[in-house]
Amino acid sequence: MGAPGKSGDGVGRGGLPLGVRFLLLALLSCTLMVLDHRDRYASELRQALSLAVYPIQLVVDAPFSAWQWATESLADRRALLEENEQLKRDQLHASARLQRLAALEVENARLRELLESTARLTDRMLVAEILSVDLDPYRQRFNLNRGAADGAYVGQALLDASGVVGQLVRVGALTSEAVLITDADHAVPVAINRNGLRTIAVGTGDSGRLRLPYLTHSADVEVGDLLVSSGLGGVFPAGYPVGHVVEVRARPGQSFAEVIAEPAAALDRDREVLLVWTADDEDEPAATTRTDGEPDGESETEQNLAEAR
Amino acid sequence: MGRGIDFGQIFALIAVLALAVVPLPDSIAPYRPAWAAVVLIYWSLASPRRAGFIATFLTGLALDALSGTLIGQHALALLIVVYVTRKLYLRLRAFPVSQLALFVAMLLAVYQFVLFWMDGVAGRAVSGLETWAPVLGGTLLWIAMWSLLDRGRREAPARL
Repeated sequence: MGAPGKSGDGVGRGGLPLGVRFLLLALLSCTLMVLDHRDRYASELRQALSLAVYPIQLVVDAPFSAWQWATESLADRRALLEENEQLKRDQLHASARLQRLAALEVENARLRELLESTARLTDRMLVAEILSVDLDPYRQRFNLNRGAADGAYVGQALLDASGVVGQLVRVGALTSEAVLITDADHAVPVAINRNGLRTIAVGTGDSGRLRLPYLTHSADVEVGDLLVSSGLGGVFPAGYPVGHVVEVRARPGQSFAEVIAEPAAALDRDREVLLVWTADDEDEPAATTRTDGEPDGESETEQNLAEAR
Repeated sequence: MGRGIDFGQIFALIAVLALAVVPLPDSIAPYRPAWAAVVLIYWSLASPRRAGFIATFLTGLALDALSGTLIGQHALALLIVVYVTRKLYLRLRAFPVSQLALFVAMLLAVYQFVLFWMDGVAGRAVSGLETWAPVLGGTLLWIAMWSLLDRGRREAPARL
């Protein structure tokens, strides 16, 4: 048992007085915070820590995954058949549109050749699952079950079936932390699809709203306009839907209008998202090794991290 | 260390880490108590040898990794809370529960303030009165813990 006969606020086990031990560890904490804040000298430590707490995240996530699995495997035959029908119909529609897309892609490549600009390569994607782990309730952040081992890198864009979701802000060995486009600290460069007008969509902290604070009263924007990622800034690949404008309000006396958009992606309902490797993230050799879907982890990740900085 | 591994302590700390990130309904999520701080305050009063500084520090680091804050942020806040409690624990144990609860609420407010302050220094401050809601949740949790778990302990002599 503990050291008998010594009082609690006197000398502790280690022989050092309580205050000294406290000061040493408090100083260590402060040093770590400064290192972590000043451009991530502590990134190895963070990687090791995130690996250490990964089992906890898995345990917390397990009941939610199990529930999902159970509802899926206990669904009745009729529901499954209906879903199957629906998916077949969707698939037919999608493949019909894809046929046209193939022709358009060839045409686009040809036209770009005429303009002597480089052809856009297709993006590579990987499905990542969102861990049911709550972070700070005032930040729109979440954890994913993909990390550096899968080739993920800081600044990588995330999509879902209907639009842009967010980007990675921290990458651990097996997990990573992502920020949603609606986080109050996040902004996406967008373009209005109807007329190509470029602006920036800023998060509000509410997962159903984006703000477009830099549009003047005379800007050509209407309710219902589709916002797509413009590709400026180099984080999000161009041309993916970001949201729809739901409100345009002129504010007399202010130089900018108040424009509110609704995100296209199902930000608060997603269980799975797609990690995207855009064409210009990867060099030619890297692109060839990656097409098999099994990137070899470390060297490429380091390269990607270097590029992201 | 001169003593065996305290599995109860390790298990409780892991449970505390899991509870800190388990998803809650949106309506009560803001009131999520700072589980780690509450449990460590409880131990500092009831069985101080469990609330060691190294254990506190490591719990804090794990919390930082889990919740994506600066490394050392939760660690520092927990260390401060545990230090103050352990410094005063013999006097505090003589207090009636109501005064003790008030003291714990104050400590939890300090804890929240340190986290909040560090967020501000790092330029990621979140403002609003809701930031203080965990103090309320934590105090209620602590009262529940103290009245449920401490029955048998109160008469026992101070242990180390």
